[in-house]
Amino acid sequence: MATVIVVTSGKGGVGKTTTSASFATGLAQRGYRTVVIDFDVGLRNLDLIMGCERRVVYDFVNVINNEANLNQSLIRDKRVENLYILPASQTRDKEALTKEGVERVLGELKQGFDYIVCDSPAGIERGALMALYFADEALVVTNPEVSSVRDSDRILGILASRSRRAEQGENPVKEHLVLARYAPERADRGDMLSVDDVLEILGIPLLGVIPESSTVLQSSNAGVPVILEDSSEAGIAYNDLVDRFLGKTLPHRFTSVQKKGFLKRLFGGG
Amino acid sequence: MLLRPTHLASQETPPFELKGSLFTLTVLHLFQMERTAVERHLAEKVKQAPGFFNNTPVVIDLEGMADSPDGLDFNGLYELLRVHGMAPVGIRNGTPIQQAAARLAGLPALPETRASSAKKPDKTESVVSLSRIVSHPVRSGQQIYAPDGDLIVLGAVSAGAEVIADGHIHIYGALRGRALAGARGDAETRIFCQSLEAELISIAGRYRISEQVDAADRGKAVQIYLMEDRRLVIEHLIR
Repeated sequence: MATVIVVTSGKGGVGKTTTSASFATGLAQRGYRTVVIDFDVGLRNLDLIMGCERRVVYDFVNVINNEANLNQSLIRDKRVENLYILPASQTRDKEALTKEGVERVLGELKQGFDYIVCDSPAGIERGALMALYFADEALVVTNPEVSSVRDSDRILGILASRSRRAEQGENPVKEHLVLARYAPERADRGDMLSVDDVLEILGIPLLGVIPESSTVLQSSNAGVPVILEDSSEAGIAYNDLVDRFLGKTLPHRFTSVQKKGFLKRLFGGG
Repeated sequence: MLLRPTHLASQETPPFELKGSLFTLTVLHLFQMERTAVERHLAEKVKQAPGFFNNTPVVIDLEGMADSPDGLDFNGLYELLRVHGMAPVGIRNGTPIQQAAARLAGLPALPETRASSAKKPDKTESVVSLSRIVSHPVRSGQQIYAPDGDLIVLGAVSAGAEVIADGHIHIYGALRGRALAGARGDAETRIFCQSLEAELISIAGRYRISEQVDAADRGKAVQIYLMEDRRLVIEHLIR
């Protein structure tokens, strides 16, 4: 049976789509049949990050409205086997996402995939609610600043009360924290919240810390999921994150200044 | 116009008024209607306690007579009880036919009360059932209200969350949001928390916002209550 994972945050611009793209790519690289769905109807971005924007014919809303079938809409990734993208519609809005429609599409996808990754839009309105409603697990993406943490707290509350699992009294959605854009030296200076600060406020298990890195911006613009840049710090961090999700126990990297200082001295920054 | 009361009627003291009241009455549980048996047993009872049966009002309970097929002779029963110093005031339970017969004899049917047996479990539950226990953390944007009772939160209350109770509030985690105890004005209520980092605390409408909390109290395990002069006090808990 396929597992549905929502990548969500509440706040915008914290790294949901970057995380969705790298997480889905990582799962597919490890041999799992994976599809990543863009729920940000009207503000389609995932196709850009995945570098498949020129191959979009039909989209998620077409499938919901029975205007196309799944085979016509799924885009197969050219770099990684087992990876498919279901893009959002750019010309519609979130009202096109009906609960029945989303349920039907997810039901069909469950037949052929191991993991279904739902890239949530920002906010707590219809698009975000539909992205998280059917989730079995959730990656909550947070930046180390108070407004982002508070919005993540809000999303955690919604996961615990308004998801299908909550409404039907099943086991709760399994929550994972992804702390993105982390800069240990700024946390030490007190400019940013530290890993411990965030964990204390949110109180959910930490899946990974993604360091602030210029590689993320570069690879986004190039349409390459940053996990494929496996010599970059962000790429290493995402690879660790996927391994941890699949059950490996790995120490967290890039969380303290000393290590970075040492690397810096060796390689002269970057 | 027709409905307007006349001045005379509204100014006169009314000749009576109706009010509900509760009485303790003796209940006679009737199991059989055979006149001689009832009479013999009555005589025995009266002999045991002659003073007791001195115009004592009684209610006749017919629950044990539910299987009795024929109509009951309520007139006969009424007289029998009167003779032995009892004043029947009504009946309880019984079939509709029995109730109709009783009404003809001047004995109204009193409302059924599932007395002692049903009440007992209620009593043990009621104390706890008014409190509300929340075993998950209260997240930003969530609001939890415990009407008529206490609110017990096992986790933290996040910034932007609100917990409200008519009674006390206990938080076995950090309080970072708002907590309002005594929401309906009970000044005896208190707030307890493991770490005070609240945005707002309020007891019976007396509140303090984060800014007004002393730095020495922040992050401490405290209880919050009102003094006699309704001053809000934050007191550290000894651990």
